[in-house]
Amino acid sequence: MLSKRIIPCLDVANGRVVKGVQFVDIIDAGDPVEAAMRYDAEGADELTFLDIRASHENRDTLYHMVSEVAEHVFMPLTVGGGVRELGDIENLLHAGADKVSINTTALRKPEFVRQAAERFGSSTIVVAIDARRNQADDPAAGWQCYTHGGRQATGVDAVAWAQKMSDDGAGEILLTSMDADGTQAGYDIALTRTVAERISANVVASGGVGTLEHLAAGLLEGKADAVLAASIFHFGTYSIGQAKDYLAARGIAVRRSAAHRD
Amino acid sequence: MSCIALVDYGMGNLHSARKALEHAGGRVELVSTPEALLQAERIVLPGVGAFRDCMAALKADGMDEALLTRLQQGVPFLGICLGMQVLLDVSQEFGQFQGLGHIPGSVKPLPEDLPSLGYKIPHMGWNDLAFAKDREVHPVLEPLVGEQVYFVHSYYCAPENPAHMLAACSYGSFPFAAAIGLDHVVAVQFHPEKSQRAGLAMLERFVHWMPD
Repeated sequence: MLSKRIIPCLDVANGRVVKGVQFVDIIDAGDPVEAAMRYDAEGADELTFLDIRASHENRDTLYHMVSEVAEHVFMPLTVGGGVRELGDIENLLHAGADKVSINTTALRKPEFVRQAAERFGSSTIVVAIDARRNQADDPAAGWQCYTHGGRQATGVDAVAWAQKMSDDGAGEILLTSMDADGTQAGYDIALTRTVAERISANVVASGGVGTLEHLAAGLLEGKADAVLAASIFHFGTYSIGQAKDYLAARGIAVRRSAAHRD
Repeated sequence: MSCIALVDYGMGNLHSARKALEHAGGRVELVSTPEALLQAERIVLPGVGAFRDCMAALKADGMDEALLTRLQQGVPFLGICLGMQVLLDVSQEFGQFQGLGHIPGSVKPLPEDLPSLGYKIPHMGWNDLAFAKDREVHPVLEPLVGEQVYFVHSYYCAPENPAHMLAACSYGSFPFAAAIGLDHVVAVQFHPEKSQRAGLAMLERFVHWMPD
C-alpha cells in the first residue's frame, strides 16, 4: 500500500538552515547537510528545502547547497524559492533536486507551469500555494492565493488555482495555510480537504503543525497525500520515528524501513 | 570490478544516479557516444523526462543501436523508470512511440479513474513490492524484500510474458510491473537511487552482479 509521506521542511537562506517565526526573528539553525543526514537517519520520506531569501544573486549558493545535500542523502528532494525561469528549474534539477517548487512565478506567468511540466515532466513540478481564508471563521467563504509570505493578496481563488495547476501538469501542490502557518494550532483542514478532493495531483498539507495529532488530522480528515512540518521536527519536539509510530497507531499507512524497525 | 557506463542522453539530472551508484561501491563513467557504449561492460540507463524525448535523444546519436547491440551481447544492464520503459516495444505516452523492443510489451498510462478513487496521478511515494511465491527473488532485488521503495510515474510497463515480471506493485487495487527482467537485464519502475538504504543495497547488488 502506498505510504503517506512525512516531509520535514527546511527553510534556508544563503545556503544555511534558518528558522524564523512567521517570517521574523530569523536565526541561523545550522548546516543543511547535517540536518538532511539527521532526517535521513530518522527515516524521513522526503525533504523539502525552501529558500526564503530567494534572491537572484545567491542562486549559486543554493545550487551548491542542493548538490552537497544530494551527495549525502538518497531520498527525494524538493527545492523551492525564487524560481522565475525554466532555466532556474533546470539548474536545480542538475544540482540534484528531484522536484522544484514554483510559487509566485506560477501566478505571474500563466503559461509557466504548463511549459515546465511539458519540458521536465509532471513528476518534477510542484506548485506552492499560500492560501488565506476570505473570512477567518468561515471556510465556506473560500480561500485566496497570497504572495510575499502571505502579505499580498492576489484575488485568485486558491481552490480554483490548485485545480488549474493540476490540470496544467503540476504533479504536486504544496498547500500552505497562511492563517495556520506559525500558529502550531493545526492545518486548515477544510482547505486541505477541499483541494485534495478536487484535484488529480498530489496534495501536501502545510502550515500550523504543533502536535502529532495535527499530522494525523491532515491525512485522515484533510485527505492529504503527504504532510509537511518544520518546527516540531526542527526543534526536536518529535522525531520522524515518533511521528510514524503515532500515525501507524492511528491506522495510517507509513513507511517503516527495516533499519528503523525494532 | 568493471566500470559502470551511466548513459547520458542529454536530458538532465544524472547526479542522483551517479552518486548513488558510487555510494554503492561502483566506479561510474558518463557515456554519451555509441563508441563508448559499445565498450561498456555494465550499463545503467536512468530515466528522465518523456518517453518520446528519450527515444528521440537516443536515436539522434545512434545510441539506440549501440544499446541494443550491448543488450544482445549480454552485458549486465539496469534500467531505471523511463530507462525501464524504453526497453519495451511501444509507449502510449503523448501518442504512439517505438521503444528499443528488447522485452516484448507496451507502456500504458495508469488508469484514469484512479484519482476519483482517491489515488492521485502521478503515483508518487513509497510503496510495497510483491514477489511471486513460486519463484526465487532475483538476486539484484533481494535486498528489497520487506522494504518499500520510491515511485514517481504516470505510466507503467505491461510486459507480454508474465515470466519477465520480477516484482509487482499495487496502486489502489491496480497491479503493475515494479520490476522486469530477462537474462542479464533488470529494469525497475521505482527509483533505487532515491530509496535510501534499501535502494543503495539493491544498487550494490547490481554493481557486483554476475549473471549466468
